[in-house]
Amino acid sequence: MSNAEFIDRGDDTGIRDVFELFKPRVMSLVVFTAAVGMLVAPSQLHPLIGFASILFIAAGAGASGALNMWWDADIDAIMRRTRGRPIPAGKIDREDALSIGLLLSGISVVMLALAANVLAGALLALTIVYYVVFYTMYLKRLTPQNIVIGGAAGAFPPMIGWAAATGGIGIESVLMFLVIFFWTPPHFWSLSLFVSDDYSKAGVPMMNVAKGPRSTRRQIFAYAVLLVPVSAALAFSSIGGPATLLLAVGLNADLLRKAVRVARRSEAESALDRYAVERKFFYRSIAFLFLLFAGLVADAALRWALGEAIAWPQWV
Amino acid sequence: MGVKMVFRKEHPAFANRWRRNALVGGILGLFVALVFGITIVKLSGGHMMEAFDHAIRPSLLENSR
Repeated sequence: MSNAEFIDRGDDTGIRDVFELFKPRVMSLVVFTAAVGMLVAPSQLHPLIGFASILFIAAGAGASGALNMWWDADIDAIMRRTRGRPIPAGKIDREDALSIGLLLSGISVVMLALAANVLAGALLALTIVYYVVFYTMYLKRLTPQNIVIGGAAGAFPPMIGWAAATGGIGIESVLMFLVIFFWTPPHFWSLSLFVSDDYSKAGVPMMNVAKGPRSTRRQIFAYAVLLVPVSAALAFSSIGGPATLLLAVGLNADLLRKAVRVARRSEAESALDRYAVERKFFYRSIAFLFLLFAGLVADAALRWALGEAIAWPQWV
Repeated sequence: MGVKMVFRKEHPAFANRWRRNALVGGILGLFVALVFGITIVKLSGGHMMEAFDHAIRPSLLENSR
């Protein structure tokens, strides 16, 4: 084809746009928690199988992101926070996002089932369906409990990693699930406090849009309290240890303190400093999850280095 | 009289498309290499790689005993 014949069909989709479609920040959290689930599991995978499993879990997460953006393109275009996403920005067609999402979902599930085991593949399939169909298409626009119930989708990755390594489900993997499950609502509600205009404009019934900021602030505190027993149980499970316990104590104390401040503030006070405390809570909650899971890896490394020399009470 | 040749600057979309195709090709190549690697790991781990093939396979029957 010569230049004269070239017709610009506007298909100048960049590699970066496709990458954005996969929600890389969510993906990084998925990869990290799935890798932790795999690393701390009692049976070890061959490194190549482990690498491939993480890759297919990441592909499944990317597929979910693409399908979420395909469905939510209408409200993404309204919200300031999401207006720059590839579909509302006109970089990628909606139909292309659907095709990429469906294709990648199929490949990731089948390949994970073949590379690791059928349970891991089935859990990945469940996660994708739960996030895309149950959360994105149904819950998100229906109820202020959307984040609470839908949060389970983001909590599955460590269970998938654990299942890839062991072929089963254990109390430890369920505890990792619960940590992320209870962590998700306060994390997103703190965000929704300072971008609530966006959600009300788009008609998404986030907690503070539907029930008001007072109730949202109280619930942020309640979920921060719920995180304490679950992370403590994790510290005294077979995958816990001194590093997890130390981090669980420090991180929970810090998050609780910030949750109390968030709960006590009025909207007027928050507006004065442009939601500084809520923003701090939001960013600190991200650090909470990364560091707590890093603690689990540190304890796995301790067990590996010291072997039987480390005596740690296992109550769970 | 000689033929006058005209060189025009190539449209940047050609370069973009080439880059994108090269990347997709590279990813497919890596995927093939990964599947090959997984196969080698599974085989050297002693995994059973035979399955139903529309005919009786004595090795499968022996394994099920």
